[in-house]
Amino acid sequence: MNPAAQPAPDPSMRAPMVRFQGVTKRYGALTVLDDLNLEIGRGEKVAIIGPSGSGKTTVLRMLMTLERIDGGVIWVDGEPLTHVEKSGAMAPADPKHLRRVRSKIGMVFQHFNLFPHMNALANCMEAPITVLGIPKREAEERAAGLLDMVGLADKKGHYPSQLSGGQQQRVAIARALAMRPKVMLFDEVTSALDPELCGEVLQVIRKLGSEHDLTMLMVTHQMGFAKEFADRVCFFYQGKICEQGEPRQLFSAPSNDRTKQFLRAVMDSV
Amino acid sequence: MDESTPIWNWAYTVEILPALAKATIVTIEVTFLSFFIAAILGLVLAILRMSGPVVGWFASAFVELVRSTPLLIQIFFIYFVLPRFGITLDAFTAGIIALSLHYGCYCSEVYRAGLEAVPRGQWEACTALNLNSWNTFKNIILPQAIPPIVPALGNYLVALFKDTPLLSAIAVLELVQTAKILGSENFRYTEPMTLVGVIFLVLSLISSAGIRWLERRLNLRSVR
Repeated sequence: MNPAAQPAPDPSMRAPMVRFQGVTKRYGALTVLDDLNLEIGRGEKVAIIGPSGSGKTTVLRMLMTLERIDGGVIWVDGEPLTHVEKSGAMAPADPKHLRRVRSKIGMVFQHFNLFPHMNALANCMEAPITVLGIPKREAEERAAGLLDMVGLADKKGHYPSQLSGGQQQRVAIARALAMRPKVMLFDEVTSALDPELCGEVLQVIRKLGSEHDLTMLMVTHQMGFAKEFADRVCFFYQGKICEQGEPRQLFSAPSNDRTKQFLRAVMDSV
Repeated sequence: MDESTPIWNWAYTVEILPALAKATIVTIEVTFLSFFIAAILGLVLAILRMSGPVVGWFASAFVELVRSTPLLIQIFFIYFVLPRFGITLDAFTAGIIALSLHYGCYCSEVYRAGLEAVPRGQWEACTALNLNSWNTFKNIILPQAIPPIVPALGNYLVALFKDTPLLSAIAVLELVQTAKILGSENFRYTEPMTLVGVIFLVLSLISSAGIRWLERRLNLRSVR
């Protein structure tokens, strides 16, 4: 085959899946994230850890466009998320662009945020039908398949109030997956659960990680899970990445004093 | 009191029933039509009040203006003053508009409370699922905001029903106006006014029972 005849590689395929470029977030006088630079590769699983108020959840919320950024640019799949490139400069994106780029991202929340007036199946069908415009029957098949995948095939007709916290969180994962995102964000998904219910949710995330080529970004307090599951762990402190690296190295031999102090405190509390 | 005339005349009661029945229908028409418009207007005002500072300010100012002035003045203004500005309305239409505006403003407060009670996380979940504003509102937020406010809206429906006699001031042929005419024609007010009172009482009790039934049904759905 003539190499010259090969199509030029899509530049977006070379780009990291997510890139924070000098991103800053302030709430009034308080700077929550300060000039954040972070790249997440395709299919990479990154755990974000850190003390309360270190800005870790804000990272996810900005990526999901739930928070407006005050400086810098976030790139998703090679495209700016909240901006568009106009003659070399960055201008704020219109809602259409925002929605298109955002469709590549799914998010699972700490408090599930399921729609209480819809059963598990309807929760997973709503967005595929209204946003993606797929036929109801196809949406139902997709939703049923995902509920089966998260081990809730027999709970399709149950309303959130009839499900345990762990089951609700698994429905929330299925609901986010129904939109077929390329990036999944998990915001302290086990923090609101009783300890005995955490395992079932983490098991689903493990399964997702092994069976799907999803890029995952998770804020977690489950150090054991982060160590076992993540490709990379970022330790946030006062709005900055204090230390990052391969989990075993970061957990066993952290180089930063603040990371050591945090990990020691976390281990002592277990 | 003239002792030769009985306190209650049954023959006269039967005679005036058809006229009062017709007036009851007018009253019910006024009530439901006005409340239908008020319910929609209230929702629109509540959304406007939540949508940005400038629009929100004007919507709030309108609501405050209407809520702080008597309904009777508003009825007179629409019927007697608007013609000076080239807007002439028949009494029925003027009455409907006045009741709709007045109760629309009260309903907007109820809607606002209902909308604000929907957890912020629901809006965020919609953003995360890329739902547009219309679908977010129609499919997710409103179905959660409405059930808790049904009792309050129902109370306003009953209150509006009981305010319809104010339309007699502009000669809408609702129950009280009809009773007044019947009374003045026959110089007997006891029967028409008592019957009107009874009709209001019965219809109010039926409405309240209906609202309680609806409330129970909605509660059952929400705890499902």
